[in-house]
Amino acid sequence: MGTISFLILFPLIIALILLFVKSDKTRKPIVIIGAAVIAIFSIILVAENFSKGSLFFFPHEGTTELLSLGFGDSKLSLIKGDAGLASEILSYAMIAIEAVLCLLIVVLGIKYKKYLASILAIIQTPLLIYFEVTKGHEISIENNFYIDKFSMIMVLIIGIIGSLITVYALGYMKDFAHHLKEGEKDRNPLFFFLMFLFLAAMFGIVLSNNIVWMYFFWEITTLCSFFLIGFTKTQEAINNSFRALIMNLLGGLAFCIAILFMGNYFDFLEFSALLDMGAQGVAAGQANPVIALVVALLAFAGLTKAAQMPFNSWLLGAMVAPTPTSALLHSSTMVKAGVFMIVKLAPLLGASSILDIGPGFMVMLVGGVTFLLASFAAVSQSNAKRVLAYSTVANLGLICACAGTGTPEGTWAAIMLIVFHAVTKSLLFLCVGTAEHNVGSRDIEDFDGLFGRMPKLATFMIIGISAMYLAPFGMLISKWAALKSFVDAGNVWLILIIVFGSAVTLFYWTKWLGKMVAIVANRTNIEEKVNKSEWFTLTSLIGLIIVITLIFPLLSSTFVVPFIEGVYAPFGTLVSAAIAEDNMIILVVMVAFILVLPLLFYGKTNKRVVDLYMAGVNKGDNLTFIGSMGQEEEVRLRNWYMDDVFNEKRVNRIGLIVTCVIFTLTFSYMLGMGITLYKMITGGAL
Amino acid sequence: MEFNITPVMIVSALAYLVLGPVVGCLIAGIDRKITARMQGRFGPPILQPFYDVRKLLEKEPVTVNNGQDFFVMAMLIFMIITGCLFFIGENLLLVIFTLTTAAIFLVLAAYSSNSPYSQLGAERELLQMMAYEPAVLLIAVGLYMVKGSFNVSDIISGGPIAVLPLLGIFISYIFVLTMKLRKSPFDLSMSHHPHQELVKGVTTEISGRSLAAIEVSHWYENVFLLGFIFLFFANGSILWGVIGIVAILLLYFLEILIDNGYARVKWQLAFKWCWKITLICSGVNVIVLYFLKMYNLV
Repeated sequence: MGTISFLILFPLIIALILLFVKSDKTRKPIVIIGAAVIAIFSIILVAENFSKGSLFFFPHEGTTELLSLGFGDSKLSLIKGDAGLASEILSYAMIAIEAVLCLLIVVLGIKYKKYLASILAIIQTPLLIYFEVTKGHEISIENNFYIDKFSMIMVLIIGIIGSLITVYALGYMKDFAHHLKEGEKDRNPLFFFLMFLFLAAMFGIVLSNNIVWMYFFWEITTLCSFFLIGFTKTQEAINNSFRALIMNLLGGLAFCIAILFMGNYFDFLEFSALLDMGAQGVAAGQANPVIALVVALLAFAGLTKAAQMPFNSWLLGAMVAPTPTSALLHSSTMVKAGVFMIVKLAPLLGASSILDIGPGFMVMLVGGVTFLLASFAAVSQSNAKRVLAYSTVANLGLICACAGTGTPEGTWAAIMLIVFHAVTKSLLFLCVGTAEHNVGSRDIEDFDGLFGRMPKLATFMIIGISAMYLAPFGMLISKWAALKSFVDAGNVWLILIIVFGSAVTLFYWTKWLGKMVAIVANRTNIEEKVNKSEWFTLTSLIGLIIVITLIFPLLSSTFVVPFIEGVYAPFGTLVSAAIAEDNMIILVVMVAFILVLPLLFYGKTNKRVVDLYMAGVNKGDNLTFIGSMGQEEEVRLRNWYMDDVFNEKRVNRIGLIVTCVIFTLTFSYMLGMGITLYKMITGGAL
Repeated sequence: MEFNITPVMIVSALAYLVLGPVVGCLIAGIDRKITARMQGRFGPPILQPFYDVRKLLEKEPVTVNNGQDFFVMAMLIFMIITGCLFFIGENLLLVIFTLTTAAIFLVLAAYSSNSPYSQLGAERELLQMMAYEPAVLLIAVGLYMVKGSFNVSDIISGGPIAVLPLLGIFISYIFVLTMKLRKSPFDLSMSHHPHQELVKGVTTEISGRSLAAIEVSHWYENVFLLGFIFLFFANGSILWGVIGIVAILLLYFLEILIDNGYARVKWQLAFKWCWKITLICSGVNVIVLYFLKMYNLV
């Protein structure tokens, strides 16, 4: 069996086993071994294919191998040697599964009175089945799977960070089950089933070249997140899970229509063929409106999954789920599938390459607006998970904006942002989850003096937060590259958006960081209660952050630049990293420096420690002062949220209006172009 | 991989390391003298800032906790790195980002004390950073659009005089400079006079050697901030080099004048003004520049 098939099937098998494992004790070794195997095989996949050039296909992968599992040896002999037939049978199997899932959504939608979900499911799945039966099966697929340097990066992110999160979930969900009320059923088997299924589907998305298969995996991730968000089955959870489902089904519908156009107009169903055809069109200077429409529809699907405005509310609503879910959705899966799609399409998004107001225009502006407004909204939040969620939405926006410029530099920045964001955000979510379980709140204001209570965890959070926005860490390097790519591409609006957006980013991260570094008197250490599996994951992620930050010039030269060279080769564009290598080296030196500095100096003082200044009324413990009436008052320090300037509701309303205008403008312009061209071809008759 | 350290770079870095605080100290002394004269006082000797720091070094070492000094030292070190990167002619964006990190360390030093007055100063300092960061980044963008390079060495050694095409950005920088130099009306986070609502703001809980370190880092910072003005005038010729230095002196005098002419404003006002000016002056400047470039007029 090939490594690709293994990477998709193995998590699936683990998931199925975990569905039937009831006890924590049996689950633990299965999850740990499963996670380890997935991580190891992701590395093996990359190692195997690393030297095979920029893009490599697997013509027979996933056909005969996958079938041997489903049909047994007897039937395999019938179709042996006929990969095309095998692939078709497999496609039908997927469609059968999709039909079942569609039925499930319809039933659930009716049960919970969320009819929109049912309607969306009823439209798209039959549409796809009809297409597959009438037209789809005539189109032969040469390569179902492929791998390039970018999907290698994605495989590593999913395989390593995703698996680490499942290990973390072991300890977290054990605590979670203990908190269940009397009579509530322990549904942890379902939780772990969904987590591993998610990983399998993600591997499917990033490795599929067959677009129908990609769609299948895409829909699986939508459903997984639906069930994970609704996991606690509270009314809020159910509402939020349906919101996520509806928004992602909308994206799924766009995906589905894109497939229909692709199959009916071009007679191919391979992603690589779409990219080739688009590249040829761009190189020849011809704008093909159908290609533009397909790209726009796929990009739309990507934007919904990447929780861009106006669809950002599903990701914020996803906060009701247990923390490992948030970490998984935000870092290595789900939203990363959305930006993966956009970055794959990046070469065709260059604003002038297809149409003036085309997919590139849409992705770039929606991403930019989302980056700015989500950063604004983050300022007004005191709930740690909501700050993280808005920061995720903002960063995904920046990734989309970068990829939307369609330049090699922008793509470089987008990929770097994906990598650094995945590692850092998973760490931050998991840190907040651990803090929440031990402090009893996820409000940043309640993290007062966390450094005294949980020094190690607070240190991890400090590293995580710094890595999100400070020089010399990775996220900042990527933002730098993004700024440079916007200037080079002449995108004035994006320049303004990024300078204001990053100023706000600086504000909301630093005020949180300030809470973390504050040393409050008389705090007792409560850190021993944290599970070992949680520590293992947190420590590994910290290690990953440091390693990636230190080796990122290497990451750039061995993975990102070769990938971009590969995709931009047909365009004849000159490719280089967005940031000169000597600057990268200066930054790496600074990272090393910033890591050593605290080890040498932090906490080492031989000075006399004195009380705080409180205008002469400090009671002497730094925690209380004498009020004007002679009574004792507690010192309470609170952060600024500037709600009158950055009001969340207002910001979201503006985002909704602006992005809807952009979507409407783009699609109506493209429709108009399409009709005009159609009339020209057919001589006026419509 | 190209990473060349030339002798010129080493000399520049060393010169900044040694001369930076000397020049910064003298500027601070002259500033106090001129300020005094504006207020009808005789004023302290020019070397007074140096005497102050020397005295601070001799104070009994006390602190409010064992974490704060680390942040102060980190701030000093990063401020020096920033200046060195600037004066050896490195990438302007790299310089700005390093400066931001240095400034963040000062804010963290204030936060780490968990003292009410420090935190008030820290929040205000942070707000000001949010206010001026876009304008500072747009300087780099504007210079890149005019000169075609982010490197300080390229910017000062050739190309057109930047101040004319970047007039709007230059005006925003003058505005922002008032904040960065902690001059009134924007001395929101760190007051020179302790009998006020925020006491000494960010530095309330910092004393002795640590406070001396902050003073010295401000000397380093001011030299570098004034150096920024030079970028708008330099084109490699001696004449414009001289004009640049004259411009620095004039602008610093202007800042002292503003400092003495205005009372402190509220933070809301400081923040909104700063963003509006940035949007109107720098933003419009960048947009106009983009169109001028499109039609090859610059």
